[in-house]
Amino acid sequence: MLPGFGLSFGFTLAWLTLIVLIPLATIFLKAAGLGWAEFVEVGFSERAMAAYQLSFGTAAAAGLVNVVFGLVVAWVLVRYDFPGKQVVSALVDLPFALPTAVAGIALTALYAPQGWIGQFLEPLGIKVAFTWIGITIALVFIGLPFVVRSVEPVLADLGRDVEEAAATLGATRWQTFTQVIFPAIGPALLTGFALAFARGVGEYGSVIFISGNMPGRTEIAPLLIVTQLEQYAYAGATAIAVVMMLASFAVLLLINLIQAASRRRMGA
Amino acid sequence: MIHLRGITKRFGDYPALHGIDLDVAPGEFIALLGPSGSGKTTLLRIIAGLEFQDSGTVLLGGDDVSRTPVADRHVGFVFQHYALFRHMTVADNVAFGLSVRRGKGRLPKAARRARAEELLRLVQLEGLGPRYPGQLSGGQRQRVALARALAIEPRLLLLDEPFGALDAKVRKDLRRWLRDLHKAMGLTSIFVTHDQEEALELADRVVVMNQGRIEQVGAPDAVYMNPETPFVSHFVGETNRLPAPGGEIHFRPHEITLAADGAEALLVDNVFRKGAVWRAEGLLEGSGQFVELDLPSSGDAPQLGQTIRFHPHRARMFNAAGDHTQGETR
Repeated sequence: MLPGFGLSFGFTLAWLTLIVLIPLATIFLKAAGLGWAEFVEVGFSERAMAAYQLSFGTAAAAGLVNVVFGLVVAWVLVRYDFPGKQVVSALVDLPFALPTAVAGIALTALYAPQGWIGQFLEPLGIKVAFTWIGITIALVFIGLPFVVRSVEPVLADLGRDVEEAAATLGATRWQTFTQVIFPAIGPALLTGFALAFARGVGEYGSVIFISGNMPGRTEIAPLLIVTQLEQYAYAGATAIAVVMMLASFAVLLLINLIQAASRRRMGA
Repeated sequence: MIHLRGITKRFGDYPALHGIDLDVAPGEFIALLGPSGSGKTTLLRIIAGLEFQDSGTVLLGGDDVSRTPVADRHVGFVFQHYALFRHMTVADNVAFGLSVRRGKGRLPKAARRARAEELLRLVQLEGLGPRYPGQLSGGQRQRVALARALAIEPRLLLLDEPFGALDAKVRKDLRRWLRDLHKAMGLTSIFVTHDQEEALELADRVVVMNQGRIEQVGAPDAVYMNPETPFVSHFVGETNRLPAPGGEIHFRPHEITLAADGAEALLVDNVFRKGAVWRAEGLLEGSGQFVELDLPSSGDAPQLGQTIRFHPHRARMFNAAGDHTQGETR
């Protein structure tokens, strides 16, 4: 290992403090101005609880969808050569670059009851726009690159010979996938899920157009914060922000602990 | 045991194998030797079922397996980079072939574990079962890979450059050990290598391949002493070439007699000790051909700038078409 742990660790700490901790600390400070009773009243109001449920629930659902389809996309990009591969690869990253409001407007246009896709779903009784399904679709769009880019290098590194080894030992394709490939890329999938989930919880721009923003039903937590701010209820906004932050941190910490445990197990 | 008939394979426009015929007897240890791109690995993979030939047949123990998928061929395969399952313990790696078995042949868990332990003992890794592959050295990993391949009691063991990724000392120990294991277990084995020393040391028969064709098949001694083509002469062992009317004369560095009236004269421009002999290198007077000679180290080291007169006492003549014409002695 390179020397200079002290210096680099000090720098890391200073940088994190400046960029992450100080801004977050001001939120806590602001929220602390509320007093406990009022904090609970605002932070855990019925409307806020519904918003948390919606935000975390749809982010988790979108993350799971992305785990499945992101894996398929990553698989195709790693394992096959086809004309236009670089174009497809660039398309995967597009949700990173696109202003999220653009995605939101486009998705709403597609899934609204009169939209290109929405008009076919409407007679079937499926409502997408202005429901939690629409929110999930927006978050799937936003989160896809996280899963693909997390899994891709691990899949490439896994190598075809491991699959071939399983086949020579008599494993079926399904056994090879469930017992060899999936456990090997599991940690990377979990990372991709965590990133997509975290992004989904905080997502604002693309969701507000498609969600309809009905309080208690399709109002996501970030929007609730903005609503509070617009009513000059700064302390209330920070109370909701604090609850969201703590919940997100707990989830991400849990995922990181699982990762660390699996890394230790593989002895690498 | 194995009969290959007219195996051809192309990858797109690139012809990898041109009509390979080969027979392997039970219990034989065969080396597929050749430079990279010679088709040796492709041939091994076709025998395993990891690749399918475009035409030709593969017979394994009397069965035509030409279109049988790898999982049903019951062939042990050892990969150059081990291809171990990193998320499984060493014991689970070894037992993998037993645990994926379905139907009646499936052993209960305790029996599978016992079998894995037995195989680990066989490859001298007793007690390392609970470790993960990441915690083992390269030589140990390759032995785990071997134990894993042997667990399914394969009728045939195929090894793709099995020592390629290991350092010289480990490689040498592992070679001898593999040779013993092959004999003790009565296996039929085929391994791929580009290292002629490895092929000559281990194999009962060496199959020398070049550009998708078999150049020569024979016992190591025969391939070394009586190469049938200029390629084999050049690729297996060291060879000096002298232009001759209608072709080339090939002789080994040690196939010479020193003589004051020798027909050839080497102007020495590099000398070093090569094991038990002096190796002198330089250009021949007259033809300007680069030549390497082995001289007995009982004498003094040749001096730089010295002229050594000699004549080959054993050599092979190849005509311009590459055909072997005669083994001449002068």
